[in-house]
Amino acid sequence: MKSYVLSTASAIAVCAAGAASADGHAEAEVLHYWTSGGEAKSVAVLQEEFAAKGGTWTDMPVAGGGGDAAGTALRARVLSGNAPTAAQIKGPAIQEWFEEGVLADISSVAEANNWANLLPASIAAHMQCDGTWCAAPVNVHRVDWIWANTEILAANGIEMPTTWDEFNAAAVTLQAAGIIPLAHGGQAWQDATVFETVVLGLGGAEFYQAALVDLDPEALKSDTMIAAFDQMRTMRGYVDPNFSGRDWNLATAMVMNGEAAFQIMGDWAKGEFLAAGKVPGVDFTCASTPGDGYLYNVDSFAMFAIEGDSKAAGQKLLAELIMGPTFQEVFNMNKGSIPARTDVDLSGFDECAQLSAADMASTNDAGTLMPSYAHGMALFGAQAGAITDVVTAHFNSDMSSEEAVQMLSEAVANSQ
Amino acid sequence: MTRWLQDNMPKIVLAPSFIAVMVFVYGFIAWTAWVSLTRSRLMPRYEFDSFIQYERLADSPRFETAMVNLAIFGTLFIVIAMVLGLLLAILLDQKIRTEGAIRTIYLYPMALSMIVTGTAWKWILNPELGIEATVKGWGFANFEFNWLVEPDMAIYTVVLAAVWQSSGFVMALFLAGLRSVDEEIIKAAQVDGIPTWRVYSAIIIPSMAPIFLSAFIVLAHLAIKAFDLVIALTGGGPGYATDLPATYMYAMAFSRGDIGQAASSAMVMMLVVFTIVVPYLYSELRTKDD
Repeated sequence: MKSYVLSTASAIAVCAAGAASADGHAEAEVLHYWTSGGEAKSVAVLQEEFAAKGGTWTDMPVAGGGGDAAGTALRARVLSGNAPTAAQIKGPAIQEWFEEGVLADISSVAEANNWANLLPASIAAHMQCDGTWCAAPVNVHRVDWIWANTEILAANGIEMPTTWDEFNAAAVTLQAAGIIPLAHGGQAWQDATVFETVVLGLGGAEFYQAALVDLDPEALKSDTMIAAFDQMRTMRGYVDPNFSGRDWNLATAMVMNGEAAFQIMGDWAKGEFLAAGKVPGVDFTCASTPGDGYLYNVDSFAMFAIEGDSKAAGQKLLAELIMGPTFQEVFNMNKGSIPARTDVDLSGFDECAQLSAADMASTNDAGTLMPSYAHGMALFGAQAGAITDVVTAHFNSDMSSEEAVQMLSEAVANSQ
Repeated sequence: MTRWLQDNMPKIVLAPSFIAVMVFVYGFIAWTAWVSLTRSRLMPRYEFDSFIQYERLADSPRFETAMVNLAIFGTLFIVIAMVLGLLLAILLDQKIRTEGAIRTIYLYPMALSMIVTGTAWKWILNPELGIEATVKGWGFANFEFNWLVEPDMAIYTVVLAAVWQSSGFVMALFLAGLRSVDEEIIKAAQVDGIPTWRVYSAIIIPSMAPIFLSAFIVLAHLAIKAFDLVIALTGGGPGYATDLPATYMYAMAFSRGDIGQAASSAMVMMLVVFTIVVPYLYSELRTKDD
């Protein structure tokens, strides 16, 4: 009820909806951080569908900081007893919010629509809190992509690397030809993104699970982890001297312009290529980073426990629409990711997305479908942050791999 | 009634702001102190749990880097800005013709926000866009000036930008101080044939001690609060090489969902401020009593 005073605009919307709620009207106030061009267009799709079903949508976009600002806004609202109907939260943060006792149960929708069979098991697990469904997944971003400039690879006789040794050999060839092997932006999260693909590639999914999901001290101190840091040190030699602080999309532009050959980045990078009119398979090549496995980054909406029948109806409608096949298809085509549900027809998607979907299915069967630690899917913020601190400190100094591993196990112990 | 109002009017008028300050400054300091003694993560929790957050802080290499950076940045920033400000003030004090214009030019950086300063210096210091690229373009192929991307040197770029921003302001402070020294004494010294540098070092500068203290306090609190400059200039990087306690606290509170760590680092920052401000207040209050 306190939301009446949130703002004049939403108050009017809420009052209008409140009047109609007697006959099962649905309303939702949705807090999200999809504010950039393509993202805003994607979320507008959901908004239109919601309105078409007779619901009243109150938009609450919070820009900035990759969701940090939205997280702060959400905390302030929940603390003041004025939670939004739904909010964009992902990964273990869903469980953290559940433990605070503020999430609503949407099991009825999930069970009626058979979500358990439509989602890969490990992604479904993120959406469940203590046996009940508490969030709806929107998309699956793959993180362990390596993007390459097709022309440069052909000119230098290089195949897409399937092992990290092949990658290193290719990098040496490229360096000799005067091309920057790896386009990279020296920001902590980008360092962490490269690091997790290296850990997955060198150690395999089982090791990745032990080290970066379960935080097993043995795995964190193991020789495999030392090897991963060694590979990071090697790759430090493959970036240009001016990489520090560069944004990821500028690194993508370097690959497009032929300044650099490779970039390791999630599939949002594809959006940059496509926006520049580049064609997958012709101008740029996408492949999974060396090694087996799949690192996912799933955006989702969690529903908050709030009073009011019309709001509860809004939550149910929203959950149903988010997981609906039309929304999953249209949204993900706009966003560059793939649908979370596995039964959507992918013929309209580009070849990178089709590869991503095929790999998601096969890694799900093989048990190598892993949550991305660098993108907040595997660990709580404090733990993930502690690992990232070590990774970025190592990458940006002359610290030895042994020191880094020692620091890593201390930092992880200190973060719990 | 009127009489009562007359007597109590000042108290009534001051009461709202007094209450506001008590709640929003001291009340929240107390709240932060309390939270810093709990295991709060995403949301504040209020069960007391000893000094665990301070132990974690002490074990955190990142916070250590932040404190070392604060020491380097604070010392260099304050010393260089004061020396440069004093030098500029003395030079301007030589009764030169266009003093007004020059004074404005030096004071102008102060009108910019730290974000603008940081962004401008980020471009100036960027090896591929700024000074290094320009000098290389002139034909000095071996010229290197890459402090911004060099983890060991990046903190000095923050000093550079902060000094650029603040030394004009310090100059204005000192200039006012120089002008307030009694002309008669200076003339007497000149009549006695004392060289100008001796006049400055033995008469004028010693008589400006209070101005030095004010300048120090202003610069010191700017240094400890420094946040936006680092965010705009280096974003805390490379790695976390230019983290300061304020950026550490922000990262913990708003990116990591670790409110306990944020609160304890805020308390440490406050203690640092107290160690500087309390002696100052003490000396100020004592001189009034005399």
